[in-house]
Amino acid sequence: MENMVNIFLFGKKYTVPENLTIMRAMEYAGYQLVRGCGCRNGFCGACATIYRIKGDRELKVCLACQTKVENDMYVATLPFFPLVKQVYDMESIKPTEAVMMQLYPEIYACIGCNACTKSCTQGLNVMQYIAYAQRGEFEKCAEESFDCVMCGVCSSRCPAGISHPQVAMLARRLNGKYLAPECGHLKDRVQEIKDGTFNELLENLMQKPVAEMKELYNNREIEK
Amino acid sequence: MYSEAFKESLKAVEAAREANIAYEPARMTAKEKEDLLAAYHPDYKQDEFSILQIGPNKGEKVPKELAEMLQAHSRIAAGDVDLTTPDYDVDVLIIGGGGAGTSAAIEAHEAGANVMIVTKLRMGDANTMMAEGGIQAADKPNDSPAIHYLDAFGGGHFAAKPELLAKLVGDAPEAILWLNELGVEFDKAPDGTMITTHGGGTSRKRMHAAKDYSGAEIMRTLRDEVLNRGINVVDFTSAVELILDDKGNAAGAVLMNMETGDLLVAKAKTVIIATGGAGRMHYQGFPTSNHYGATADGLVLGYRAGAKLLYADTLQYHPTGAAYPEQIFGALVTEKVRSLGAKLVNRDGKVFMHPLETRDVSAASIIRECSDRGEGVDTGSGFGVWLDTPMIEKIGGEGTIEKRIPAMMRMFGKYGIDIRKEPILVYPTLHYQNGGLDIDVDGQTTNVKNLYVAGEAVGGIHGRNRLMGNSLLDIIVFGRNAGQHAAAKAKETEVGALTLAHIAAFDAEREAAGIETDAVSPKLLPDYRYNEAEQSKK
Repeated sequence: MENMVNIFLFGKKYTVPENLTIMRAMEYAGYQLVRGCGCRNGFCGACATIYRIKGDRELKVCLACQTKVENDMYVATLPFFPLVKQVYDMESIKPTEAVMMQLYPEIYACIGCNACTKSCTQGLNVMQYIAYAQRGEFEKCAEESFDCVMCGVCSSRCPAGISHPQVAMLARRLNGKYLAPECGHLKDRVQEIKDGTFNELLENLMQKPVAEMKELYNNREIEK
Repeated sequence: MYSEAFKESLKAVEAAREANIAYEPARMTAKEKEDLLAAYHPDYKQDEFSILQIGPNKGEKVPKELAEMLQAHSRIAAGDVDLTTPDYDVDVLIIGGGGAGTSAAIEAHEAGANVMIVTKLRMGDANTMMAEGGIQAADKPNDSPAIHYLDAFGGGHFAAKPELLAKLVGDAPEAILWLNELGVEFDKAPDGTMITTHGGGTSRKRMHAAKDYSGAEIMRTLRDEVLNRGINVVDFTSAVELILDDKGNAAGAVLMNMETGDLLVAKAKTVIIATGGAGRMHYQGFPTSNHYGATADGLVLGYRAGAKLLYADTLQYHPTGAAYPEQIFGALVTEKVRSLGAKLVNRDGKVFMHPLETRDVSAASIIRECSDRGEGVDTGSGFGVWLDTPMIEKIGGEGTIEKRIPAMMRMFGKYGIDIRKEPILVYPTLHYQNGGLDIDVDGQTTNVKNLYVAGEAVGGIHGRNRLMGNSLLDIIVFGRNAGQHAAAKAKETEVGALTLAHIAAFDAEREAAGIETDAVSPKLLPDYRYNEAEQSKK
């Protein structure tokens, strides 16, 4: 017999095997999930969850698909949080400090409580990346926030009402488009293709009989 | 942190590590590969397939679980909705909010069409989000679209539709540039040169990446762009049936609110199916690396409306799914781990294959090691082989793992396994639907007009196996392509009277074939609720 633990889903007690993740435990308990379940693998941020172990003062956060149940765990999922997403035209905005001031001025109201960092399900230094955004250091903000799954727990804990994941999203796009070094060989290749440089080569391959293609494939040179 | 049971095998792996790093295993010959696949690849297990008795692919074999869905009853009857008062009336209806659907939406919107995305979960709940390793494009001086073509054509067993594959490789560099200009952060050297690696079966290093969050980085950027453009996204709403018009052309879909069960009618001039894959069908009982909604819905919708499938009998089992711990059983361990130098090692510490064979060959080789050869490691819930991740730090220097594959480090770290110091256990996991709906080079299905398909729901781009990094590429290239063509087609389309007559026609066909089934489709979501009857069978 598997070892069982007691957990409380939205306050209601269920007894579940101890080796399950919170998500699997909810299903074991009989929930057919629609909300709060996406990739089931820690990438999509659909299953943000807040929990407290009975008797513990600390409120903890996690992704339900990535966290094992514990005995006396009180679980509340946060399948949606109303983040503020400003819209902008990537072609016309510029990577200046003023952009943040215009689109997400609330970041300057950060009181430095660090609740965002403490609540990050990915263990990111959220307050630090917001500080970078405040200073217009988008490259650093992008790097520091890179593993963000946009679950929104940080924003749910923020007294200043900041939508951290959206701020970081903007910083990453600005960095990717405007600040990261341009790739010369990529532009060259796109131009060559537009010029039709490879058309003949490709058409030639498309028409070859399979036997000939096999010969070419099995003897192709492989870069070390 | 591994329990005592693994200690002996771990010691053998550690003892052999230095020698294994230096050892360059031979690649298999064409004949060796063929024999291996025939004996061990799940696609070759005849009793796991059924012959379709009705529909456009009657007489062809598909996985049993898929056959059941393809031949099932509709979730609705024609009388359940009023087609004369549609809830939505748009130019281009896109079913699915993953990488292909969002790429299509952006391009169709760019072309001036009134676009709507409908998705049964949230926009971005898709396999795109989970693609870790990278995206291929032949953009380096030592590479060319022709070499890319040869790699993919051979890797796909010479079965790809040439015109689709030529489009894939020819449009690849532009797809990367498009993403870059949307703000996707690719791994680059300080001078802007793309940092590229090999994938299984590539002959040039053309795998572009954004750490090991490549798909997530692409997906969140596309999602952001869809929102910036104000494109209408109807989430938590599935498509349960296509609507045709009296000319037999696709003209919309019946939608279902996933939370309330309400049915809605969406009328459209053109429809794009971008519903993704089928991992959650758990073919042959395999675990999957796919997201929660990967249930082959698009194949079912298209098939019932008369669209043809191509290569629906071939699935990709990713060679390296997590085999341990149980909580992440089946989760994807990116191929990039092998691109960076980690080798596959058996119970006795022996490297049993070249780490960068194509995925089907690698999966079959691991299955052989764990079955007939008896060289697998017993995980307590099955078998696996070692993927010796500490090799990466020895080859690339300390810190390589944290920099290049942080998601992998995090995934195993949560269970006390430090992949910089300890190897991990892997076994094949159901990863990708090689087959799907048959399209022409414009993305339109070959036999239902105004019905377009993009992404994993398409069959024929890759043939009978797909190379790493060609799927992220295909959703972008064919997503954009479908969006552009569907928007153009919408401009010249006059929709006739809407009809759901194909439901009754399909019912009649089923009855005539003598198929008795209670199944309804599309499946929409898997059911993982605890079931005592199921448990007692285990």
